[in-house]
Amino acid sequence: MKTHICDLLVVGAGLAGERAAVAAAEKGCDVIILSLVPPKRSHSSAAQGGMQASLGNCFKGYGDNTDVHFEDTVKGSDWGCDQDVARLFANTAPIAVREMSHWGVPWNRVVAGKKVLQNGMEVEDLPEKDGLITARNFGGTAKWRTCYTSDGTGHALLFTMDNVVIERKIPVHDRMEAISLIHDKETCYGAIVRDLRDGSLHTYLSKATLIATGGYGQIYGKSTNAIINEGTGTSIALDTEVVPLGNMEAVQFHPTGIIGTNILVTEGCRGDGGYLLDKDMNRFMVEYEPKKKELASRDVVSRRMQMHMKKGFGIKNPRFGEHLWLDIRHLGHKHIHTNLREVFDICQSFLNVDPVHELIPVRPTQHYSMGGIRTNIDGHAYGLKGLFAAGECACWDMHGFNRLGGNSVAETVVAGMIVGAKAGEYIQHHEVKIPTSIGKDAYNAQVDKIESLKATHGKKGENVYKIRHEMEEILHKNVFVFRNGDELQTAVNELTKLYDKVKNVTLQTNGKWASPELATAMRLPGQLRQALCISHGALNRTESRGSHYREDFPKRDDKNWLNRTLAYWPKGENKPNLNYENVVITELPPGDRGYGEATQEKK
Amino acid sequence: MARHLKISVFRYNPNEPEIEPRTEVYEVEEIDGMTFYQALTYIRENLDPSLMFDFVCRAAICGSCAMLINGQPRLACKTQTAAYPAEVNLLPLPFFKLVGDLSVDTGSWFRQMSERVGGWVHTKKEFDPNAIEEKMSNEEAQEIYELDRCVECGCCIAGCATINLKPEFVGAAGILRVARFFIDPRDERSANDVFDVVGTEEGMFGCMGLLACEDYCPKEIPLMNRLAYIRREMAKAAFK
Repeated sequence: MKTHICDLLVVGAGLAGERAAVAAAEKGCDVIILSLVPPKRSHSSAAQGGMQASLGNCFKGYGDNTDVHFEDTVKGSDWGCDQDVARLFANTAPIAVREMSHWGVPWNRVVAGKKVLQNGMEVEDLPEKDGLITARNFGGTAKWRTCYTSDGTGHALLFTMDNVVIERKIPVHDRMEAISLIHDKETCYGAIVRDLRDGSLHTYLSKATLIATGGYGQIYGKSTNAIINEGTGTSIALDTEVVPLGNMEAVQFHPTGIIGTNILVTEGCRGDGGYLLDKDMNRFMVEYEPKKKELASRDVVSRRMQMHMKKGFGIKNPRFGEHLWLDIRHLGHKHIHTNLREVFDICQSFLNVDPVHELIPVRPTQHYSMGGIRTNIDGHAYGLKGLFAAGECACWDMHGFNRLGGNSVAETVVAGMIVGAKAGEYIQHHEVKIPTSIGKDAYNAQVDKIESLKATHGKKGENVYKIRHEMEEILHKNVFVFRNGDELQTAVNELTKLYDKVKNVTLQTNGKWASPELATAMRLPGQLRQALCISHGALNRTESRGSHYREDFPKRDDKNWLNRTLAYWPKGENKPNLNYENVVITELPPGDRGYGEATQEKK
Repeated sequence: MARHLKISVFRYNPNEPEIEPRTEVYEVEEIDGMTFYQALTYIRENLDPSLMFDFVCRAAICGSCAMLINGQPRLACKTQTAAYPAEVNLLPLPFFKLVGDLSVDTGSWFRQMSERVGGWVHTKKEFDPNAIEEKMSNEEAQEIYELDRCVECGCCIAGCATINLKPEFVGAAGILRVARFFIDPRDERSANDVFDVVGTEEGMFGCMGLLACEDYCPKEIPLMNRLAYIRREMAKAAFK
């Protein structure tokens, strides 16, 4: 057993984790970052489109400010967010984007002069704004607010952030997976960690622990998320019994995942003027959403697409099923090869399609989890002192039931900055005595778990990958864009059966060293618990709000459901305990979003 | 007609030195548009769950999955099996420390490279949260991004004859990192400062100019051009 001691243990080296580590280090804390992969490979690097911040530098952004950004975010969330958090976020985003610029992000800049937009409108960027950070259009926003670096925004941000981590000499222990938190149901003292190079177990003791492990998208199988987004951090928080996951039923489906590989093509395609077309080459979004067209919020566009395919307007691909077209041909060779070059590469490599001349086959695909480890406005987790969370794995909660494009990258950096500093202050002001016996017990529990799995080698039982794929199928079939009571009940029943079966998993290999089969087997029960939190939460919530759409309860119900689901998992149970808490409303009372089904019905 | 692929894979676990490196052949039915990511995932889930390899984004964005496919460094996630004969062999990237089978430790090498070349913006300016950002032309920003697109996959390093002979060589990725910050107006280092870092045999002047780096870069970064640029700037600095 190897023991490491630090002030703050950060689990996850994406944008949120690294920004938080830097903030805590600035408070004088001794920080260690753990990462499943070399930090520059974290999934933040795949964010293409951009980061929202109300700089108001480009023509279509004039008049923008933190109030408008706040309002767009609350409407986007379908009033499911905490408005004090959304306000803090909107106010901090411009500082965060400028700080990243100071550290080296090559943001695209305003070029002064007249230009004609895709819709024929003529605009003129003013000379005094020339050279300031520019922005592109994204869904659900009143102004052009999404700052970008070509369509490699996440890559540029993550590289810059990791470079700062290197400059500040903050150690990153990569190929390490936190598999359990060390805690006594009151305070968190660090984590038990499995080394993915040789399978050895390590104890990390810390005064505070900050989880920043991103989403769990891969439990849906068909997801735009990276392979490593398996909900490892959310899983170990839920395992404590005392920390709840918030709003797990709030799952975002992105309108433009490509067929086959489910890789994302950015919302920037539509933001820059791309269209969605059906089998008759009809631009159907104009009819459904006359005002926002392709740029209503993601939940709305995904539903319109699914509905349109249900009506028979989809294109049938013999191998991958139905899809619609994304058309960016009219943006032209130069634009696609500069501002959408990743999209070009993805289309070429994974579809054999040249988007300058051909259409891109797309459909709604699991993309983001609004839910996660429930924290207060400081990022401090409910239920455990000294446990913090930031970024996609957290339910901080600025996204409510639908996140706007460009707000996730922004959240990672803003929350990293704020929560990292709060964790640093917590460490400064709290004397933490770590009872070593708790660390030893937590370590031994994981050794037992691993040894008993290894002992199943070659015995008859359930196949790890088979259970994994069954879970993916159940979620994808029953807890997707459109939901109803029957299908959700089916999901709950089948997942419960699977959760029972997972106890009988056996390994085909000896599970020695850094066995990938053992790693998958270890993650499975926690993934099923999360899948059950999603399904139970969705079944219980008898209304439609943001991305959670119930065909049997198609209206938002503010009287009964203007609240947040909190899912706790008691040890030994096969279902979560669901509690509810009110959302914080400080400025904007529930109303009309200005797009979506409710808005169109009123007209 | 679907082909029947015979994929030979290098197997070795450094934790078990008593078991010698070997090759295992896996038979896989090819499907239309199959990539090596799909083929290897199929092998792990159906034929051999002990096989080690690395994929993260599976979209040619993160650089995790570089390996030698029939002897040449490629990103396995975006490389289609159809481009190869039915018998194909996979080896881990050379030069980097082997983790096991096809998995190599690129992370440690790239971190020490960054530390060595000072791969961050060096500035004495403090960030002022109340000030608006400093201006930069869009053209300048685009030029920096062009050089910032490296995904640290290691293909240029694995394909480099110099570094395989002389491990202290900083490699194309290292020189590119220098160039990326050299052209960034926010970085206050002078040509002389940069010369101290890469104006050496282990740096720019160690390059033999074989340019496999340019051939193998999966992001098609203009490495030849940037290597020449830094060599020129370093020569200028040397004669000043």
